[in-house]
Amino acid sequence: MNNFHSYFNRSASLRRSIVLTAVGACAALAILLTVGGIRYRAADAAEASTVQIENYQFLPNTLTIRVGGSVTWVNRDGDVHSITADDTPPTFKSGGLDTDDKFSFTFTKAGTYAYHCSLHPHMTGKIIVQ
Amino acid sequence: MSNRNIQKPGRILETINQDGLDRRGLLKCMAWAGAGVLWTVSGGVPRSLGIGDAYAATQGLTFAQISDTHIGFNKDANPHPETTMAEAVARIRGAKPSFVIHTGDITHLSKAGQFDTAQQIIKDIGSDVHYVPGEHDWLDDGKAYLERHGTGTKGNGWYSFDSQGVHFIALINVVGFKAGSLTSLGADQIAWLKDDVSGLAASTPIVVLAHIPLWAVYPSWGWGTADSAEALGSLSRFGSVTVLNGHIHQVLQKVEGNVTFHTARSTAYPQPAPGAAPSPGPLKVPADRLRTVLGVREVNYVEGQTPLALVDTPLSA
Repeated sequence: MNNFHSYFNRSASLRRSIVLTAVGACAALAILLTVGGIRYRAADAAEASTVQIENYQFLPNTLTIRVGGSVTWVNRDGDVHSITADDTPPTFKSGGLDTDDKFSFTFTKAGTYAYHCSLHPHMTGKIIVQ
Repeated sequence: MSNRNIQKPGRILETINQDGLDRRGLLKCMAWAGAGVLWTVSGGVPRSLGIGDAYAATQGLTFAQISDTHIGFNKDANPHPETTMAEAVARIRGAKPSFVIHTGDITHLSKAGQFDTAQQIIKDIGSDVHYVPGEHDWLDDGKAYLERHGTGTKGNGWYSFDSQGVHFIALINVVGFKAGSLTSLGADQIAWLKDDVSGLAASTPIVVLAHIPLWAVYPSWGWGTADSAEALGSLSRFGSVTVLNGHIHQVLQKVEGNVTFHTARSTAYPQPAPGAAPSPGPLKVPADRLRTVLGVREVNYVEGQTPLALVDTPLSA
């Protein structure tokens, strides 16, 4: 009985240790996953984002990405479009994009970049780089 | 004077006459008959013209308008625009015009090879060709276009010339688009225009060529020019002003005082009527209908009879 009691006590403390260790491990894992997850999502956001050109519209019309990220425009229209930044000289310019053609640009500086289609200037869009 | 217009199957005949300063020209659509539409305006002397077999000998000046050939386009709406352009050229050649005007979008992607192919096809007409560029011809900032068609032009390629008493003005409205707005001619070009016509008698017939319409056909699709009113204002003293545009790939007209505006069919593919689709762009029609929606235009001017007489002929006629 004494043995059992002391065993039990030892087991209890052992169990407590195990539990504490397990909780600690879980917490550590949780923190690791969360931090890692944030880092993963940041890396994800800093990578490529896509703007579809459809029915003479840029979709999404406003796109937010992180500094260092790149945007790819894909022309899904039957007509030619040409993505041109609004500033002079334009920060980016795709030239004529035929149906299914793509254009990518990597944004290395934060800011808001308004752009339009140089063939159809009523088509406008915005890239926000944060 | 009554107005009789002879309707020929497959042809659109427009005779718009004005009685000097009388603005009461009345446009009536008389009838649909097969592929033809008859337009008549009360007052004025009738005149009929046709491209092809029933072509009457004409006096005065005759020229042809071809537009939106889009060489290099290869999608469903017309995989071979060079073929339909060649058909259009064959029709025009038969009419023996004094010269041809091309109201832009010669190419689809501004490529050197596309410009060259277009020139090869059109030289079959055997007449001089006067061009204005479309936005599809300006994808390289006009380099290839101006190399070929910029000689003797000013600014971004505007110019004027005279033929048998008619003054032709070629305007550029496909450069320097501002985001979110209609295209514009720009102050420099308008200043040049004012100066260009300053010495002309008010009785001189004026023909203005530009790619994008010089009236607000449908602004939300970019079908208009922001400062065209100012440009046309400097032509208000002239008794006859005919504006010939392309860009929208269909025939639409408007009469505004002494100015008549006409857009033209493409020889490549049609586009939807204003607002009839979510957006403009190549419109696919059944293959057996394609040539009914593509076409060319013949214009005739007889001295003393204003304004000019136009005949639009689809490729199927």
